[in-house]
Amino acid sequence: MPAVENTVLICAGGACISAGEKSVKNVFEETLKKYSLESVVRVVETGCMGACDLGPILVIYPEGVFYQKITAENAARIVEEHILKGRVVEDLLYKGDSGNLTEKPQEELPFFTEQVRIATRNLGVIDPLSIDEYIARDGYFALHKVLFELSREDVVEILKKSELKGRGGAGFPTWMKWDLTKKAEGDTKYVICNADEGDPGAFMDRAVLEGDPHTVVEAMTIAARVVGAQKGFVYVRAEYPLAIERLTHAMAMAREYGFLGENILGTDFSFDLEIRIGAGAFVCGEETALINSIEGKRGIPRVKPPFPAIKGLWEKPTLLNNVETYANIPPIITNGGEWFSQYGVDGSRGTKVFALAGNVKNTGLVEVPMGITLRKLIFDIGGGVPGGKKLKAIQTGGPSGGCIPLELIDTPITYDNMKKLGTIIGSGGMIVMDEDSCMVDVAKYFLEFTVEESCGQCTPCRDGTRRMLEILERITEGEGTTEDLQLLKDLGENIMSTSLCGLGQTAPQPVISTMRYFWDEYEAHVKEGRCPAKKCKSLIQVVIDRDKCVGCTACARVCPVEAISGSVRKPHDIDPEICTRCGSCLAVCRFGAISKVSP
Amino acid sequence: MSLVNCPDCQQLFRELDEYIDSVKGNTGVLINVLHKAQEIFGYLSEELQQHVSEKLDIPLSQVYGVVTFYNFFSMKPKGKNQIKVCLGTACYVKGADKILERLQDELSVEMNEPTSDGLFSIHAVRCLGACSMAPVVLVGEDDYFGRVTPDEVSKILGKYRRAD
Repeated sequence: MPAVENTVLICAGGACISAGEKSVKNVFEETLKKYSLESVVRVVETGCMGACDLGPILVIYPEGVFYQKITAENAARIVEEHILKGRVVEDLLYKGDSGNLTEKPQEELPFFTEQVRIATRNLGVIDPLSIDEYIARDGYFALHKVLFELSREDVVEILKKSELKGRGGAGFPTWMKWDLTKKAEGDTKYVICNADEGDPGAFMDRAVLEGDPHTVVEAMTIAARVVGAQKGFVYVRAEYPLAIERLTHAMAMAREYGFLGENILGTDFSFDLEIRIGAGAFVCGEETALINSIEGKRGIPRVKPPFPAIKGLWEKPTLLNNVETYANIPPIITNGGEWFSQYGVDGSRGTKVFALAGNVKNTGLVEVPMGITLRKLIFDIGGGVPGGKKLKAIQTGGPSGGCIPLELIDTPITYDNMKKLGTIIGSGGMIVMDEDSCMVDVAKYFLEFTVEESCGQCTPCRDGTRRMLEILERITEGEGTTEDLQLLKDLGENIMSTSLCGLGQTAPQPVISTMRYFWDEYEAHVKEGRCPAKKCKSLIQVVIDRDKCVGCTACARVCPVEAISGSVRKPHDIDPEICTRCGSCLAVCRFGAISKVSP
Repeated sequence: MSLVNCPDCQQLFRELDEYIDSVKGNTGVLINVLHKAQEIFGYLSEELQQHVSEKLDIPLSQVYGVVTFYNFFSMKPKGKNQIKVCLGTACYVKGADKILERLQDELSVEMNEPTSDGLFSIHAVRCLGACSMAPVVLVGEDDYFGRVTPDEVSKILGKYRRAD
């Protein structure tokens, strides 16, 4: 067999797949065959490389040349030029803001160089289907260490020193959970991985499961050894079929290699995993609801205490951690607790994976030391807001979190700081919003979400959030009053203090937080009937500036409801009675003659 | 489609029963079984729920309770091509509501109902985890469309109309 001369890594993360990665890969491989190169060029589909905005991405080694935004049409050129003739295909390289080309943005751009990758260490680097590649990157060494060198107490001590906290949202010290479950009485115990990544805008757990499934298998096996469990469950949401497929494959390989199943690595320790698939209920991210769902029941939360560490799955002591938390465990055990805690700041140690999305230039996944400022994350790493727009707010923590305004952008991201600002780090989703986002509308969006996802068990959450949504609907339709604002606040505080589970206790947060920082905007809606961001349809009109309109008829042709009239080369008009404010005309006018106005 | 008069159903029920027999000893398998049943039959009719209830020896009320609790389970048939519009925050900020509106206009159909030709149904889904490509539309299980604009909607529909 001829020696491999080039290894080509193609990012097969969720975003790259949606950008056409499969057809790029097919064309690439066909072209290799056409030139009989398939035996000297190895093509590997990796997990998410993080730079989702640039997808589909392909990196050619040994040089490490990074090609971006590849299409099926130009994938063949990379083979014909780069591989066959050794010439870099310049028009597919990364182009900076100043127009300069770079072959290796991964070594130059802050998006890559500012990262410290621990939980995501293998993403985009290894073939997720190869257990050997995982092992080559120190995989299963931690498990070996736990089985042969460390006592169960040693492992808890290492976690304590690392100061790792749960990365799923609540931020509870991980070592404490392990210790409680370990000390809980009972012969039958369970470990569970919460992979029901429900916060809209967070996709790091999906990326880890798809790109490095073995890290979860290894960490859960370690956890089982420490707490004394014989069986584990990974609860994955049904929306992630590829993650389920990769994890199933990883579990089978681990069994074959003796890392999972009976007598692991020849010891008397046996442990096995099973996957349980969610069925589309956000509340199942709450640990006790998740436990009910694994038991095959409706996913409604239980009253706590007793906590799962004492009475969890089938009433047995149960350890629950989320995917990212588990992904940190093997490197912490291999390198030591102090190694992990060297990153970050007091109270918030280690790194955190953030998913940048919304109105930000470099969307994608980044792992950075905690304590980094929002400014650095959004502007240096994220590249700021595209289209010359102004940053308005950053939404963190999903439906349980809040919005941070531009003025507070120099805040270091820590568990405590986020709490002070009225939000949470949550699972790490960061949705950047520009000046076109209406904060009342954003609050309404999240309330619509919680109303639909409330399990219906307790009254404050089931009925209270519905009442809040009705008030928000009134406000965005221009029917709100100043009394409504007070009512909204009172209701919110009430729901937060009386709901049964975390969902209800945090559901009003998006409203409370936007009222705190964007009170003016709420007042403009109720007092002036005005939507400053020009988003709320009942409060805006779309108008044509007769002086700028040249009568090209482009707008009239795209209007889906025929609200625009006027003859060719004569100024046009929009009938506000018919217009649905869809904005289609705005997008096609080349003369800047159409605009939205709010009184 | 009534299951009683469906010639293929015997075979489909056999497939489901085989799966049920393979997992029957395990505890808490109801949700897995319902996933499988929906995968085979497309949706969970009352008759099908009754069948699952009998096979697993779980009261029908409990089966129905679980089916209605989870968004993923449907008691109504869906279109041949299920168009899933992601309504995650990133997609919302990037105008997913406009995509949804345009789809409903083009197909003149309510959410979750199949079109009269049975070719499409529109579903709003929770975050698909492809936030960087927002707004995202997923047709079936594998066909992702990223950074969709309202004007691309008819092009996407055309692709499936031609394939039919």
